[in-house]
Amino acid sequence: MTATIRNAVRTFMIENFLFGDAASMPANGESLLDSGLMDSTGVLELVAYLEDQFAITLADTDIVPANLDSVDRIAAFVELRARRAAA
Amino acid sequence: MSHRGPDGSGICTGAGHGLAHVRLAIVGLSDGAQPMQTADGRLTVAFNGEIFNYVELRDELKARGAVFRTHSDTEVILHLYREMGEDCLTRLNGDFAFALWDADRQRMLLARDRMGVRPLFYTEHRGVLYFASEVKAFLAIPGFDAALDPTALDQIFTLWAPIPPRTAFRNVFELEPGSLMICDRQGRRSRSWWQLDFPDAGQGPPAVDEAEKAEELLALMEDATRMRLRADVQVGACLSGGLDSAITASLAAEMMPGRLETFSLGFDSAEYDESAYQAVMAEALGTRHHAILCRNSDIAESFPEVVRLTEKPVIRTAPAPMLKLYGLVRQAGIKVVLTGEGADEVFAGYDIFKEAKVRAFCARQPGSRTRPHLFRRLYPYLPGLQKQTAGYLSAAFGVGIGSPDDPLFSHRLRLRNTAGAKLFFSDDLRAQLGGYDAAEDMAAHLPPRFARWHPLHRAQYLESRFLLPGYILSSQGDRMAMGCGVEGRFPFLDHRLVEWAAALPPGLKLRGLEEKHILRKAMAPRLPAAVATRVKQPYRAPDSKALLAAPELVRATLDPGALARDGLFNPTAVGKLVAKCAANASPGFRDDTAVVGVLSTQLWLDTFTRNDRTAARAA
Repeated sequence: MTATIRNAVRTFMIENFLFGDAASMPANGESLLDSGLMDSTGVLELVAYLEDQFAITLADTDIVPANLDSVDRIAAFVELRARRAAA
Repeated sequence: MSHRGPDGSGICTGAGHGLAHVRLAIVGLSDGAQPMQTADGRLTVAFNGEIFNYVELRDELKARGAVFRTHSDTEVILHLYREMGEDCLTRLNGDFAFALWDADRQRMLLARDRMGVRPLFYTEHRGVLYFASEVKAFLAIPGFDAALDPTALDQIFTLWAPIPPRTAFRNVFELEPGSLMICDRQGRRSRSWWQLDFPDAGQGPPAVDEAEKAEELLALMEDATRMRLRADVQVGACLSGGLDSAITASLAAEMMPGRLETFSLGFDSAEYDESAYQAVMAEALGTRHHAILCRNSDIAESFPEVVRLTEKPVIRTAPAPMLKLYGLVRQAGIKVVLTGEGADEVFAGYDIFKEAKVRAFCARQPGSRTRPHLFRRLYPYLPGLQKQTAGYLSAAFGVGIGSPDDPLFSHRLRLRNTAGAKLFFSDDLRAQLGGYDAAEDMAAHLPPRFARWHPLHRAQYLESRFLLPGYILSSQGDRMAMGCGVEGRFPFLDHRLVEWAAALPPGLKLRGLEEKHILRKAMAPRLPAAVATRVKQPYRAPDSKALLAAPELVRATLDPGALARDGLFNPTAVGKLVAKCAANASPGFRDDTAVVGVLSTQLWLDTFTRNDRTAARAA
């Protein structure tokens, strides 16, 4: 499931932040902030996407780089949330 | 070029040289025609701008035997040059760009004011040096082909403006602020004649009496304003709703009681509108106030004209409302207006100064959950930022924190965020640029003494040396005002005030997170509390939202075929960007920057490089 989430997030980012420029997409473990991929508005766009796409809700305390600053972190965070919701 | 000088024109030619001039008549209305010559015909000058201390200089020169034939400030330049040669520049208090032909020495002197208020461009074509206040004058040169300089485009998409002497036009250059050029048979050579300087940080702040400094500041501001009211036409004042223009307008109102007319600009979006504060100030001053509303559609409709006037791509629409404001000024029959421009650079008013301070403060305790909340205090007018969590604020503003000795530390975040718009550069353009880094290029232009300055002074220098002349005074200032035949005057940029403020301890400018501390102390008691105590709101205008209010303009200018033909931007990515911004109520900084930057670049190409350039040359 993590791979599916990872692919979906990458596709969203390539379309929404890179406008199709897949070659500029950071590696899955790379920091999205350090790479300059997302500005402050981008984080809010990402949160809205995750909530819509994966039917989860993010509290303010969830919106931290530890959860969202790489594709791998996002995928792990979303999967954990989805499992909790299913349990 | 006639927009810069609708009141008259003149031409003067001789062997190997020629000067032409269009005049906006402000001082010496009846006898100030240009180009102006000395009685013996040996010196000739074509001059744009004002010498504000011409009264004092004329008295001095007369006392030494000079005979004046006019009432114009222009003649002062001729007499002073005769006495001092190019060293005369150091005696001029003014905003000027001029060309002076010295027949005895067979040389042309080009000179520009200290802060870069008035523009001066030059190019060499088939062995001839041409110079002008605007690049569009060169379009009349037979065989001159305008082309975009890709490095300048990279600089604009990183620094907001090209690094002088580079301009957006390949092989066209600007004389740098505070510089002169001499052209004679030996060739041409340029040098700086004035530089912004700050004390060494190692010296420690001098002991100063704050009250005494506030008194000095008031006296300087009064004198700077008094000089800038000198004109043989009526002088007005702009009111933005902020502290700086309130100060200049209030001083002007005191000096010309009952006669001052003020002008302001409102927006139909509350996020940008400052009308309420403008009205408070106008009422307090008792001026005859003129206000105009700028809608998104106004910005979009005027944008092609804005680019024709700026002569360079821009990444913000903010010049467009200024064009509307200056149009209002001109409609009211006013040719000269005072504004508060320069106060934010001179007295550390911009948010970027505070931002750098908070970033450095946060860096001392990287794990702190409370310190990052200070970023919210810095930007109360940015709703998106208010929604950010502390973790993201800390990460988002943490750029460059690991390198406190980085000379660009204060500006790293802005540079990185702006450069995000380069994502839309085409592969071809990227290949042309190779590994070029505009930020590092800017760093390479810093003077050796820069490293010795206090961090606040370094940040002030970056703003004053690059953004101020390249964008604020140019795209948003001179070019919009002169596009309407209006001259802006800026008391805060009086060089005596600039030098005085540069020598102040940083804490008198930015105290804690209170910007312009000494200015508030000196001037606030004279202003309504609502304006004096107001949290600074920088002048901004709607960007992509405004331009997308003209879908036909966007569709035609950003047509995929046109983008592919010009080869600068990726048509597919630009198409997706426009669609995203059209669907998004509040696009982010990067997307706004990209829409404005790409659109203005394509308009620039349409205006200056297509076969039919008649429109670009037109008045």
